[in-house]
Amino acid sequence: MTVVTDAATARVYQAHARPAWRRLLLTRETAIIALLIVVIAVALASVRNFDSPLTVTYLLRDIAPILLIALPMTLIIITEEIDLSVASIVGLSSVMTGILTQAGLPFPLAAALAVVVGAVAGAFNGFLVTVVGLPSLAVTIGTLALFRGIAVGLLGTTAITGFPEEWTDLAKANIPGTPVPMIMIVFVILAAVFAVLLHFTPFGRSLYAIGLNKEAAHFSGIDVGRAKFTLFVLSGAVSGFAGVYFTLLYSNARGDNAMGMELQVIAAVLLGGVSIFGGRGALHGVIAGVLLIGTLGSALRLAGITSDIINVITGVLLVLSVVSASLLAWLHQRRSAAVGRRRGRRSAEGGAAGDETHNHASTSHQGRKQR
Amino acid sequence: MSATLTPVQPGTSGASRIVRRIATARETGIAVALVLVIVAATASNPTFLFSSDGFRDLLLTPSLLLLVAVGQAFVIITRSVDLSVGSVVGLTAYLTGRLFIDIPGIPIIVVFAAGVLLGGLLGAVNGVLVAWAKVPALVITLGTMYIYRGINVAWTGSDRINASDLPRDFRGLGTEHLLGIPILTIIALVVLIAAAWYLRNIRGGRELYAIGSDPDAAHLYGLRVSRRIITAFVVSGALAGLAGVLYAARYGTVSSAAGFGWELQAIGAAVIGGVAISGGVGTVWGAAIGAFLLLTINRALPILGIDDFWQRAVVGVLILGSIVLDRLLAVRQHRRLIAQREVDR
Repeated sequence: MTVVTDAATARVYQAHARPAWRRLLLTRETAIIALLIVVIAVALASVRNFDSPLTVTYLLRDIAPILLIALPMTLIIITEEIDLSVASIVGLSSVMTGILTQAGLPFPLAAALAVVVGAVAGAFNGFLVTVVGLPSLAVTIGTLALFRGIAVGLLGTTAITGFPEEWTDLAKANIPGTPVPMIMIVFVILAAVFAVLLHFTPFGRSLYAIGLNKEAAHFSGIDVGRAKFTLFVLSGAVSGFAGVYFTLLYSNARGDNAMGMELQVIAAVLLGGVSIFGGRGALHGVIAGVLLIGTLGSALRLAGITSDIINVITGVLLVLSVVSASLLAWLHQRRSAAVGRRRGRRSAEGGAAGDETHNHASTSHQGRKQR
Repeated sequence: MSATLTPVQPGTSGASRIVRRIATARETGIAVALVLVIVAATASNPTFLFSSDGFRDLLLTPSLLLLVAVGQAFVIITRSVDLSVGSVVGLTAYLTGRLFIDIPGIPIIVVFAAGVLLGGLLGAVNGVLVAWAKVPALVITLGTMYIYRGINVAWTGSDRINASDLPRDFRGLGTEHLLGIPILTIIALVVLIAAAWYLRNIRGGRELYAIGSDPDAAHLYGLRVSRRIITAFVVSGALAGLAGVLYAARYGTVSSAAGFGWELQAIGAAVIGGVAISGGVGTVWGAAIGAFLLLTINRALPILGIDDFWQRAVVGVLILGSIVLDRLLAVRQHRRLIAQREVDR
């Protein structure tokens, strides 16, 4: 009994009793993708200029950092941890890129060092969470302040702007012949790597095991600490890369770059169907979640609705998505309880001894639940 | 007779027990750090403490964050977290200004009631969603943080409340003082003492600790877990609402960015003060001293010759330092308890 927590009731295990098409289609991920398609269709039909290539370019450019960081964030939340420091790492890496470039280093080297700084920052988080054994929420609230503080402390209110033009142009360039920015190539490659890692390798599957039950994962031979440490380092490195991209895209390095982005990333990941309790979620849902928030924002902005309403909608979507999951689980539980009762009554009428013990077990189970 | 014959064990008298409890309390360490910061800053610039302005600022600046941090402590003790408080502060601060502009001559007490009520209501929305939907508060309050802030920005627009819109009496609350102590600070202290009393001596307060320590055990024991969690969120929202009203009184100008980022400062203050993020541990005194320490360091850094751009980094180090410290103390306590058990055998 002591192991049973609130978290356990909210989990939904795959029910193989249902037919395959239902299992594949009636999921959170499909719902988000369907919503995304509806939003795109409505926007195409009713918002002027939404179908212009420029809209697509700006939309993808702006959400690229969120898309990138959402990948490792998904893995971290699946292991029931969280990383609130990602936006601060973006800021720190942006400042490092600027300072190193200004110091005369060739740009590729400066960028690589900035990514390394991000990875080191992530390793620091990972160390505190896995070796010292602190809750990641508290740790990353601390490093959120710390990394941002270092970034702002290094540069103050000044901004570094002189970056080599061939690199800033590359960040802003599109894939020839399409309105899709170049960064999407990087994103697609990274997304493929993360998807394979999460869904098709033992390491990825072990993350779900860790998220569902840390002790069970440990006893089945998974190195929980090392897996989590790896994820925090990955998250730091990807955030560092996003910082370099951010710097190039806006051609400036400032301490307060990407302020508040951590909550946007987490909102998108949770909207995409990743359970905050860990152990549940898939990358395609997350990518659809980020695209949904981005598209909605872009369409509403084009329709002349100000950004504050977009915030309200983001918040409502987030709350609705988690509350609806709870509601569905509750309905499902009620329905299966009703089915169980009906079955119990039928077998009681049959009067078989074996069934009676079964009945007894189920009523005592119910009694325990009511307590 | 027999009572007089029993030898008096050293260190068991009432006075020494109190001394020992104060000396080993988690809050003491943080209070000592606060005193050290004040002493260091005063040593390098005496006006930090020994001028009427310096003394007033020292007390006045942290008072608002103190209120929010006390509310946050209530929520964190029940193993939840409230990210929406900053948005609530902004929304009630703007409501305060709007009320004074739209209803000329409205009594100040009514404005206070309206602010606290709105805050409590917004907190209740959080609480109901968290308690009934059984979704972690982090997700719900992240959502309502966006929603409340969005409503605030939509309502305010590019408009802003100016000091000239507010009645003189109300502005006076933010500047006047009683016996040398600013009125705002007195309000904050009264709230702090009431909250500490509730958490220490009243059944409802003790139940918050029980819920935070082990929600399932609390539920099995028959505590009304949902109701208590909703209460904690209402308290947090109402105190943020009070802080919003006082924000308008203190600063006079209210834009749509009022209270932005306060949620993390309030959580930071609570964590620095020893309120464990995993629930069930900590006092509002700690959260209050944490709030004082955070904002006093902000003011002390430039005086100590450290560029105040580094202020946020210092805050981060403080938060990390205090959770690492708490962890070390917990590990030591655990070892001592195990050793104790071996001895008892």
